[in-house]
Amino acid sequence: MKPTNIGAHDYFHKVVDCQWACPSHTPVPEYIRLIAAGRYSDAYMINWQSNVFPGILGRVCDRPCEPACRRGRVDKEPVAICRLKRVCADLKDDILDRLPRAPEKKNGKRIACVGAGPASLTVARDLAVLGYQITVFDSGTLPGGMMRSQIPKFRLPDNVIDEECAYIIDLGVEMRYEHCVGSLREMLTENWDAVFVGTGAPRGRDAELPGRKEAAAHIHIGIGWLSSVAFGHTTKIAKRVIVLGGGNTAMDCCRSARRLGGEDVKVVVRSGYDEMKASPWEKEDAVNEGIPIINMRVPKEFRHDEGRLTGVLFEIVRAEYDDKGRRSLVATGEPDELMECDEVLVAIGQENAFPWIEKDIGLQFDKRGMPVLNPVTLQSTLSPVFFGGDAAFGPKNIITAVAQGHEAAISIDHYCRGRDLLQRPPPLTRLASQKMGIHEWSYDNSVSEEARMKVPTKTLKKTLKDIKLEFETGFDPLLACAEAARCLNCDIETVFNHKTCIECDACVDICPTECITFTANGEEDDLRLRLKAPAKNHDQALYVSEMLKTGRVMVKDENICLHCGMCAERCPTGAWDMQKFFLEIAGPGVEARRT
Amino acid sequence: MTYLVKPRLLLDAAPKNALGYTKRDYEGAISTLCAGCGHDSISAAVVQACFDLDIQPHRVAKLSGIGCSSKTPDYFLGNSHGFNTTHGRMPSVLTGAALANRELIYLGVSGDGDSASIGIGQFAHAMRRGVNMTYIVENNGVYGLTKGQFSATADKGSKNKRGVVNNDTPIDLVALALQLGASYVARSFSGDKEQLIPLIKGALRHRGPAFVDVISPCVTFNNHHGSTKSYDYVREHNDAVNRLDFILPRDQIKTTYAPGSLRRIVQHDGSILLLRKLDTEYDPSDRVGAMNHLQERHAIGEIVTGLLYVDSSSEELHRYLNTVEKPLNQLGDAYLCPGSKALDALNASLR
Repeated sequence: MKPTNIGAHDYFHKVVDCQWACPSHTPVPEYIRLIAAGRYSDAYMINWQSNVFPGILGRVCDRPCEPACRRGRVDKEPVAICRLKRVCADLKDDILDRLPRAPEKKNGKRIACVGAGPASLTVARDLAVLGYQITVFDSGTLPGGMMRSQIPKFRLPDNVIDEECAYIIDLGVEMRYEHCVGSLREMLTENWDAVFVGTGAPRGRDAELPGRKEAAAHIHIGIGWLSSVAFGHTTKIAKRVIVLGGGNTAMDCCRSARRLGGEDVKVVVRSGYDEMKASPWEKEDAVNEGIPIINMRVPKEFRHDEGRLTGVLFEIVRAEYDDKGRRSLVATGEPDELMECDEVLVAIGQENAFPWIEKDIGLQFDKRGMPVLNPVTLQSTLSPVFFGGDAAFGPKNIITAVAQGHEAAISIDHYCRGRDLLQRPPPLTRLASQKMGIHEWSYDNSVSEEARMKVPTKTLKKTLKDIKLEFETGFDPLLACAEAARCLNCDIETVFNHKTCIECDACVDICPTECITFTANGEEDDLRLRLKAPAKNHDQALYVSEMLKTGRVMVKDENICLHCGMCAERCPTGAWDMQKFFLEIAGPGVEARRT
Repeated sequence: MTYLVKPRLLLDAAPKNALGYTKRDYEGAISTLCAGCGHDSISAAVVQACFDLDIQPHRVAKLSGIGCSSKTPDYFLGNSHGFNTTHGRMPSVLTGAALANRELIYLGVSGDGDSASIGIGQFAHAMRRGVNMTYIVENNGVYGLTKGQFSATADKGSKNKRGVVNNDTPIDLVALALQLGASYVARSFSGDKEQLIPLIKGALRHRGPAFVDVISPCVTFNNHHGSTKSYDYVREHNDAVNRLDFILPRDQIKTTYAPGSLRRIVQHDGSILLLRKLDTEYDPSDRVGAMNHLQERHAIGEIVTGLLYVDSSSEELHRYLNTVEKPLNQLGDAYLCPGSKALDALNASLR
């Protein structure tokens, strides 16, 4: 193998699994260390810089970081990254004076953002501080988009949304509420320098089954029902409720139903439990609230008695996989099952809808009705129009919307300045030694063997009575510190200097996971088998040094390194050093965004 | 050196030997030696050897004297019996222990100061008596604990860290062991575990005195230009006569070497020493030849390593003394101390 180029910014970035997995590349280990040190405001600002909504995401993020977490590979469960984020939002001091301010003198460019959700607000924040004049249009009366209308208040209280949206709006962003944009053609005549579309995926998929029309009064589309609950229009539900669907919306529906008077609430899903789209922790929360999840049932018919819903008929199926691993659901032949109920919530998916975009203005849509976009720049075929969030590539999650907002902001900035949109600014990276003394590092390198801390909650009895009462209370400082200690500090990288290595084997002997080997070089597949602990995870890189004096090379399997720094402590010549890799994502005018 | 204790994460997935132990079960406390000390590599080699041989940790007795090397038994085999004796007295304490209980595996760990200076008499007599043991000398040529003065194994003409030249003639413990009757004699280098681990395995399964001299650079005081026991010097002047593969009776022999380049030696317990010859002339069963070869090479500054001598039919102290088979602690008080009547009868029989 060729020597690893550790100078390439993505090599060490990939080693920080959580940061690599995060769509907006939040420097997770860095803020976790700050939380352990009690520096909550500093931790908050690092989050705010990259993911814009730390308090919101600390409660409801889809957490792509956690399945990626190294701790999950070497221990039972990953670090509770998401809930640690909430800690810094909850315990921070007033951070208003740390926020950037928009310049008094504007740059004369006017940008319209359609929709006041996470993607639009991210664009607004990134551009407002550069002097852009931003106007956000939303049909509702409050900012936050789906974060406010779809996520139940017992998971995400309004005050958290208010606070974090205000940080952006207070940058001088003009908000036009109750303004439903009816025509893009019309909007384009208003001389905006660019238009950003962040309208989400607002249409819930319906279940077109026999009986649907007749029993319509008792069958609701999940996301519509959730927003009706969120704004207080719906305050109760019948005793027996069936929720159709296996995604996170279904989980929010069933838990909301439990709080609005539903006593016999169950979730019925086509697929198996493990294949459900809902996040594992959301499924667990539902099950813990006494909601059974019934799998392998395909709805066939809504049964009703002259318009009064009496139940849903299900076909019982099993999954079969063809040679290519594609799944099909096949009837088992068992008799259909009738489940009685009074109301049904249909949460079987969301769709995009752009009725306000005229088909003849030069903005192309694909066969699925999605806008044709450049995947890097998020620019549509109509050059001043950009997309982001669920509106761009279909329903995903908040953190993806934020990441796309950042990218769109860069594109819009380039577009307005006449620059090439494909010339993306590089991220800002730093790599610096953390050595403080012979056995001292700037980070706590002893490895915690504690299990993942449980997030404290209010009692079910209390929380099931009040739909606005937040269920989780969040980590207190002590629990947060214990959980933070579980972070393996993957951003503190093991950096090897082949020139000073004397090949004494000290690092090899001390490494608790035997991830370091000195051996003859070879092809990657061959090398992986010859290591002290064979490197079976091909997704994780091998760190290969230049040739050493004895003709061998140092090979380190990044997969199971605990970043404990024992190799560096045992190294007599400092050939191993622990260096902190810090990566801040690029933004428009990076220099202006740094606080 | 590090203060941290190795975390136990990922241990469930670690490979296990026939006894169900992981390698970590053969480790000891965290070493307090200097970072990069060759001795730590030797400890790791002992751990690996015992793991590979499926040795029950509680059937090993590790004994040592005083010095950096003699601290190391604390850093391996944390579940074995241990005895840290006075300076240079490891061989006699070990001899006593071996006489009392022949069922344990005896591992003596010593250094060049402990064995070639204060304990040289003890070393010599343990070898010539044929104590059934593995005797490892961690040989760095300096007194590390007292700031790096030359030890008795430092080569004449080599320099210390301040540039002072050593004028004394070195003691070659390998030559002494050969002369004094050790039946398994090897030399290796702490920086070459591939050579060292099989040599330790062979020694642990050898009957009779097995001596392994391990050149182990002192990174703090003797790893500089002018030293003949530095990593660089030993690597440049390492003259290996053979490479050993140690094979347990249960294992299959898989080799692809040309016939004539291999030598197969079966030890008393059926374990096999498979020697790949690097020096085709060298005969590890020829004691006199080994001594000559050693002297010739030493004269031109080369360090001869490998399995230098082995006598697979060797005997040991217990047979010479015709001692009782059972360990003394299993014989019972009545048998060990039969009382005054038995003494009277014995005395009477001799009158």
